[in-house]
Amino acid sequence: MRFQLTEDQRALRDGVRQLLARRFDREALRAAVRAPGLDRALWRGLGEAGFFALRLPEKDGGVGLGLPEAVLAFEEAGRALLPGPLVATHLAAGTVPGAATGEAVVTAVDGGLVEWLAEADVVRGDAAGAVPLRSVDPLTPLHRVASVSPTEPAAVSPADPVAVLLTAAEQLGTATRACETAVQHARTREQFGQPIGAFQAVKHLCADMLVRAEVARAAVYAAAVTADPADIAAARLLADEAAVRGARDCLQVHGGMGFTWESEVQLLLKRTWVRTHRGGRVTESEETLAAELLS
Amino acid sequence: MDLADTPEEQEFRARLREWLAKALPTLPPKPSPEDWPGRRAYDLGWQRMLYDAGYAGLHWPVDAGGQGATPTQHLIFLEETEKAGAPYVGANFVGLLHAGPTIAAEGTAEQRARWLPPILRGAEVWCQGFSEPDAGSDLAALRTRARRDGDDYVVSGSKIWTSHAEVADWCELLVRTDPEAPKHRGITWLALPMDAPGVTVRPLKTLAGSAEFAEVFLDEVRVPVSGRVGEENDGWRVTMVTLSFERGTAFVGEVVACRRVLGELARTARENGRWDDPVLRRRLGRLNAEFRALWRLTQWNVSEAERTGGVPGVGGSVFKLRYSHARQELYDTAAEVLGPDALDLDRPWTLDRLSSLSYTIAAGTSQIQRNIVAERILGLPKGR
Repeated sequence: MRFQLTEDQRALRDGVRQLLARRFDREALRAAVRAPGLDRALWRGLGEAGFFALRLPEKDGGVGLGLPEAVLAFEEAGRALLPGPLVATHLAAGTVPGAATGEAVVTAVDGGLVEWLAEADVVRGDAAGAVPLRSVDPLTPLHRVASVSPTEPAAVSPADPVAVLLTAAEQLGTATRACETAVQHARTREQFGQPIGAFQAVKHLCADMLVRAEVARAAVYAAAVTADPADIAAARLLADEAAVRGARDCLQVHGGMGFTWESEVQLLLKRTWVRTHRGGRVTESEETLAAELLS
Repeated sequence: MDLADTPEEQEFRARLREWLAKALPTLPPKPSPEDWPGRRAYDLGWQRMLYDAGYAGLHWPVDAGGQGATPTQHLIFLEETEKAGAPYVGANFVGLLHAGPTIAAEGTAEQRARWLPPILRGAEVWCQGFSEPDAGSDLAALRTRARRDGDDYVVSGSKIWTSHAEVADWCELLVRTDPEAPKHRGITWLALPMDAPGVTVRPLKTLAGSAEFAEVFLDEVRVPVSGRVGEENDGWRVTMVTLSFERGTAFVGEVVACRRVLGELARTARENGRWDDPVLRRRLGRLNAEFRALWRLTQWNVSEAERTGGVPGVGGSVFKLRYSHARQELYDTAAEVLGPDALDLDRPWTLDRLSSLSYTIAAGTSQIQRNIVAERILGLPKGR
């Protein structure tokens, strides 16, 4: 057993991080909020870097890597808050022409919602009669598929476990960013004559953010190695928790500033909310794990 | 990233399983929890069996009498012994996980020769004399005094929450040798013989009704200077060398045990009809996620220790924080499954539920662990 990143995996993670730092930094994130829309040049850039073709066999023009590498790449995407139907396009590589290279934007119906419908070239699943809703996340346009009852989302399409895992990886990346953002603020923002991070109440919020993220990391990476359905369900629950609670605590640490439109904290929180609606309901993951106890 | 055993690890696991299958049926019956001398004999007997089979001090360095096993082999050992229902380390806990490694790292050749073999052989039991009535989480505030008198230290004061004190032969004792020094300085690490004149042990009853720990009163107790490990006034550093072990792999077997309990809870719930409650089912599902993740985190931390070739780091605090709360949640959920039986002290889960309350306090409270995580991992400023 050697449950640590290999040298190659570290290099891949660092490479994706550098690429995203170049192509989608804080300024680009702000600009995207001001002018929503999918950046096709960036999408093709991701395609050229192999982001979508990562798991496609080399004989089919892909990179030929596995689920652990895809998880690392999606974690970085989640960390950068990269917008777009990344998971759907990645899953379409090799079956939808142009998906692997980033020429095509592919989205999918999931849980009664479709992300980025108007921008997509290809939609997987039945999006007939989809109506736009005013999305809570400024960087994830959403359509609602009218025929779906809110109590039976799974009837539309059973969740692809890989989609669930890659979404968990994005949540993990965002949870890490939330913790880093909160810590950065807590170290520099002064009140009562000292950095607020010296106050135990603030310190403990930050510590809990890190603990949740690290527990989620172990679960997500392990699920990437085993691809076991129960491991994936566990990864999903813990990554959702780390991301959503992490973003909320990050907002709390930022105080009034965190409640403004200008602060990036809202973007963290809203994206984590959107992702919790992917891949079936949370309760389905819980039921999967409960049933596994009896197996 | 790899979760599979290497061929060497496979072989180690197979050999261990084979030995456990033969050895465990030869164990005597388990003594009652109240029978301390019986528990001591039982735990030491198990240690002797491990010693004879070459499994004693698996993770200790070879030059300290250990087996020099890799952290992963140690993990496999803890996993397999728990799965096979082998005895817990019990009364040997402090010797094997704390005092022993401290002496191995900081002791002289004579000290290592005197104390390490009896720990490994299952001949002597150690207890830990760290906490005091006014020095629990603020351990460095300890006040038990030791003054030098010829070749002896003369020790007076009192210790509390001392597990296994009633049956221990030795106590790893922290004393203040320089009252003028800043509080983290001026502390010295001594090996106290528990039968020395002036040592009084008074058992303390826990809220679970058992005498797990004790108060230890020290009245002008003479401890030879030869029993000092490390330099005078350097005891804090000596202690910190090994404290991280306590938070590193100490809970491995327990995580395996918690996963087993979770499966038993699910089966019990199916039998008594509670399984039909979706809220309870989902809670069990969440706990399954929780303990799976804690097991993965353990594997991650152990692999990291192997990679860096060192001591488990502050990652132990991350684990301890989450695990101690998850354990409490597990037994609270057990109470939901059991219904009125949860109030019956003869149900083991009821006692486990009570004892789980100590996990967020012992070995550094959750609040202290959060400070450690915030200051040492996240780099937040120390509070005033």
